[in-house]
Amino acid sequence: MKRETILKRYEPRADNLLGILHDIQNASPEHYLSDADLRAVADFLGLAYSFVYGVATFYTMYSLKPRGKNLIRVCQSPPCHLLGSSTIARELIKLLGIGFGETTADKRFTLEMTSCLGVCGVAPAMMVNDRVYGNLTPERIAGIIDGLRSGK
Amino acid sequence: MSIYRTHILFPVDEGTVQSGVLEVKRRLESELKARKLQNEIKVLESGSVGLVGKGVILAVYPDRIYYFHVKEEDVPRIIEEHLLKGRVVADLDHAPVVSLATASGTAMSPEKAGARVGLTREQRRIVLDKAWTVDPDNINEVLAAGGYRALEKIFSEKITPEAVIEELKRSGLRGRGGAGFPTGMKWEFTRKAAGMEKYIICNADEGEPGTFKDRLILEGDPHKLIEAMTIAAYAIGAGRGFVYVRGEYELSIERVQKAIDQARQFNLLGKNILETGFSFELEIRKGAGAYICGEETALIESLEGKRGNPRVKPPYPVTHGLWQKPTAVNNVETLANVPAIIANGADWFRRIGTDKCPGTKVFTILGHVEYPGLIETDMGTPLREIIFSFGGGMKGGKKFKAALLGGAAGVFLSDSLLDVRMDFESLKENKAVLGSGAVLVMNEDTSIVDMLFSIAKFFAHESCGQCSPCRIGTQQILQIIYRIRRGQGKQGDLETLLQLAEAMFKSSLCPLGQSLVMPVKSALENFADEFAANLK
Repeated sequence: MKRETILKRYEPRADNLLGILHDIQNASPEHYLSDADLRAVADFLGLAYSFVYGVATFYTMYSLKPRGKNLIRVCQSPPCHLLGSSTIARELIKLLGIGFGETTADKRFTLEMTSCLGVCGVAPAMMVNDRVYGNLTPERIAGIIDGLRSGK
Repeated sequence: MSIYRTHILFPVDEGTVQSGVLEVKRRLESELKARKLQNEIKVLESGSVGLVGKGVILAVYPDRIYYFHVKEEDVPRIIEEHLLKGRVVADLDHAPVVSLATASGTAMSPEKAGARVGLTREQRRIVLDKAWTVDPDNINEVLAAGGYRALEKIFSEKITPEAVIEELKRSGLRGRGGAGFPTGMKWEFTRKAAGMEKYIICNADEGEPGTFKDRLILEGDPHKLIEAMTIAAYAIGAGRGFVYVRGEYELSIERVQKAIDQARQFNLLGKNILETGFSFELEIRKGAGAYICGEETALIESLEGKRGNPRVKPPYPVTHGLWQKPTAVNNVETLANVPAIIANGADWFRRIGTDKCPGTKVFTILGHVEYPGLIETDMGTPLREIIFSFGGGMKGGKKFKAALLGGAAGVFLSDSLLDVRMDFESLKENKAVLGSGAVLVMNEDTSIVDMLFSIAKFFAHESCGQCSPCRIGTQQILQIIYRIRRGQGKQGDLETLLQLAEAMFKSSLCPLGQSLVMPVKSALENFADEFAANLK
């Protein structure tokens, strides 16, 4: 959906800012908010660009950098940590060849850390886009990444 | 509406979806159709049961049997044996569905309760009573199961807003978000605050690590929340309300929205509710990933479309909340208690739990236990019972070392406090907190230093940066613990840690900065040797 179409669905009130940013980012194939997006939203709501930028950078779900097709978010909260999430994180870094907050050159994977996903019963856990993977082991990680690579 | 002889319920949550619940459900539906049983047996999706690691789960009613780890190829046998011949398929992993004492308030019999361990043990469920027995997307089922009964009672018996508040005050219901503030008083302050425009907000920004109780209420019984918020709006005199849900909780948002739409169609929400002249509009607002927004004033700022920086209190939201208007902010679990209290009365509620903390509490049991998951049980249940009976004890026969209660902003307990009762008062007497109800269990192999490091990292990441004690303090504490964890701790580090945490407690603006002292102090006090061993 185009940015203008999204904006039209909202009343130009400041309290709609978070919702608008969500919608624009969700419509972006690269899961991010561009500078032009922020400026357009600021204009639409009659807010300063710096204010919109401040909000977009405050919340972790928004990204101002393009992200890969598969957004991998590894839970690093204490329950997952207890059950070995750091081993999982190391395995992902090794397999993908990128660090946290980075995107692979082929734009297929972005690796991020996340706070509690609320699926602690299957810790350690991670999310790939909308899907949750739990009870992770280094071996399972390899299988999951292979599956995503082969475009499943 | 047709009548079915048997209902099959599939609890749908992240865990079961991952195990293939949707495939099993499809297979069952097609097999039933092939046998022309689809008009006799109804297949439904329900909210999560709170069981984890049990694969695909299905429940057969009215037989009250659960099957666990169900695979597609088990489906024909379940149909042939159980659904046609009425015999439980004995070699599949199964258990009777526990008889959950709910609104009737019948007491749990200790003999029966002790008879089985694990999460399928008998529980008293008030807030989660319908969460896995009705289809949350179907308001007709919710109504048949007693949903909106409390709202109807208020209107048909012409109970005044003041009387609703009085009943809630008498019930002794206290906020389940962590602080334990009496809900009735919060509503009274909001009602009495000057101004015509007032708001009710449901805090569903569940971010405390190890906590997913609110998600199960939102996904399993969203109508209960809508009913409760409508009652709250009536009591405090609000015309508009908001459910602020964590941005990551996609399924919760979807189910609550569907429930709002249906309630509106049934005139249980919106203009002139049930022809009473009372109107209430409810909207969902989505968070965007900030732990701090669980703090009520930060949540309000976020709702207004700003960065989630907490406000200086006082003034409190009850007088100066959303857009500076009187606002009551209540946690999901707190609100979910309201309909049962109104329907059954304060006296009924007071008979459950403890004298100062009536009612039940939802706990998440996690870490090195046999059965991680979620339970609802009476306030005041001993920690030992939660870990060793509901949680099935330590995984792999290891020894218990510590429990972290209440999430990251929680307290480390050693085995000397296993018999503590889990309610606000008893825990406070033992320098602990109930918090969100998360119980993270650690075995003898766990490094408490490493766990404290994980907590410090969390706080350093989630500090909003507005006030210096928290912004700088969380970083300093993280650095020192990092050093200690690598065995590079200096003499005096432990004293510095405590000093920093105490200073943050005294001078931070909001509970985030104020609460790091709890895990730090409890870890240092209860596991002093472990820290000392890592100093040079």
